[in-house]
Amino acid sequence: MNRFVIQPPSFVIFIVSRYLEIYWMMIRNSLIREMSFKANFLLWIVVEFLWFVGQVVFLEVIYGHVDNIAGWSKWECVLLIGTHQITSQIFQAFFYVNLAELPELVRTGRLDLNLLLPVDAQFAVSTRKFGMDNIVNALVGVAIVVFSLAKLHVVPSAMQIALYIVAVGFGVAIHYAVLFGLATAAFWIVRAQGLIYGYFNVFNIARFPESIFPYSIFKIVFSYFIPVIIVANVPAITLARSFQSPWAGLAQLVVATVFIVSLTRAFWHFALRRYSSASS
Amino acid sequence: MTLAKYIKVFDIGLQNTFVYRWNFLLRSVFGIVPLLGAVFLWKAIFHSKGEAINGYDYSSMIFYFMLTVFLENLITPTEDEWQIAGEIRDGRISSYLTKPMNYLGYRIVLFLSYRLLYITVVLVPIIVLAWVFRDHLRMPEHAITWLAFGTSTVMAAFLQFFIAYALAMIAFWVLEISTIVFILYSFEFFLSGHVFPLDVMPLWLSGFIHWSPFTYELFFPAQIFMERVQGAALLQGLAIQAGWLLLSWFCAITLWSRGVRKYQAVGG
Repeated sequence: MNRFVIQPPSFVIFIVSRYLEIYWMMIRNSLIREMSFKANFLLWIVVEFLWFVGQVVFLEVIYGHVDNIAGWSKWECVLLIGTHQITSQIFQAFFYVNLAELPELVRTGRLDLNLLLPVDAQFAVSTRKFGMDNIVNALVGVAIVVFSLAKLHVVPSAMQIALYIVAVGFGVAIHYAVLFGLATAAFWIVRAQGLIYGYFNVFNIARFPESIFPYSIFKIVFSYFIPVIIVANVPAITLARSFQSPWAGLAQLVVATVFIVSLTRAFWHFALRRYSSASS
Repeated sequence: MTLAKYIKVFDIGLQNTFVYRWNFLLRSVFGIVPLLGAVFLWKAIFHSKGEAINGYDYSSMIFYFMLTVFLENLITPTEDEWQIAGEIRDGRISSYLTKPMNYLGYRIVLFLSYRLLYITVVLVPIIVLAWVFRDHLRMPEHAITWLAFGTSTVMAAFLQFFIAYALAMIAFWVLEISTIVFILYSFEFFLSGHVFPLDVMPLWLSGFIHWSPFTYELFFPAQIFMERVQGAALLQGLAIQAGWLLLSWFCAITLWSRGVRKYQAVGG
């Protein structure tokens, strides 16, 4: 009997390595699946690229009329869009498809299978598929950010780059939590495409410089509770606007991330408790 | 008799769509966020510009965005192309082929019933928004504008619908059409005037805007209502819009008849 009792430290390592192993297998499966539809894979890259080009064209049109928007120059805005691209594409690569399918799992009752797996249920529904095409698009975002830095004649310090990467990581967590919260509402609202659509609508404003939003309820809600305004702005300010101190923004980003991630997890548990499957 | 048949379809369409009412409401409520984002963005732009941009001031810009939001909710198909493509892919279309009913007519009636229910549900948030921005809204001065706007809006609705329908027909040849649909969406998104009024674009693009079909999906009716296009230019615009409408209708029926000939009723 004693043999099977695992001591706490090695127990944690065991859990982490087991989850990593499962995750790696899922990523491998997704890659194999995607590579069997190569044309589709390439077309998705084209789709995302077109959206991105459209945004840059939009900026080009606006900056044809003005030289700054609320203190942001054109290339600072391009850098902001590039940062938003990196964050949202990394999120989409790892989580988007899985979360977008959650309402359908609830509606059909196929969620039961995920609940029975011997892993955390949130982990199970969040990590089944992986989008390689999104990683390609995230790299396009990186190229745009580097290009904007060159245009701005800004050479960030190692510290700034490190903080930028950390901030992007927190941004991915915010994307995740917002869509996860919306998808979880599908336990109550059966046809939930409107909720998924809501994710794209809400993050629409993440590409705008935070200084265009006047101090208002709108800004408070979207900076602290559903912190989409700070998702791309904080890393972009950290990297490229060294005249602006990044620390307050970074602290806000960390606090807001922890808040929304814990809140949506609690919401998920609450939803699961009143879930009574759909089939049979 | 024929009419009674389609009225029944309309009724069924309304009933089936009614389960989506929360979906519709959520869509429109979330849609307010990017609208407010656009309002704040243009406020900042006009603040640093200090003057009008190609005839738009802050007020008329807000009015423009209110109009496009209203028009989109009224006329843009939301689920139609996915449903049609799904019916083709899964072979469910076989049951319609045996019915004494024109599939295009059937889908048009369903489209109209969706749009009617959709706009009814989202009218409340739209009225609230119109009240918030009431100082920026300007009713047309000339009575004829209403007629031109009505005509153009109906044409825009059917133009959007026929494009969606023709796209869905690709499902006869290609299993997975979502990438193709999204490629077209991205053009529509930026070139129909959803993100910014097309006439703030540089002048050298004005020829393209004038002839592009996307212009007539959304931007043109809004221009009519704002009375930014009048007289001969208005008539010419309506003619171009009618041309695109005919062409899209022709594509829709041609692709349908070719597709049906190739159709093998997978799973049917």
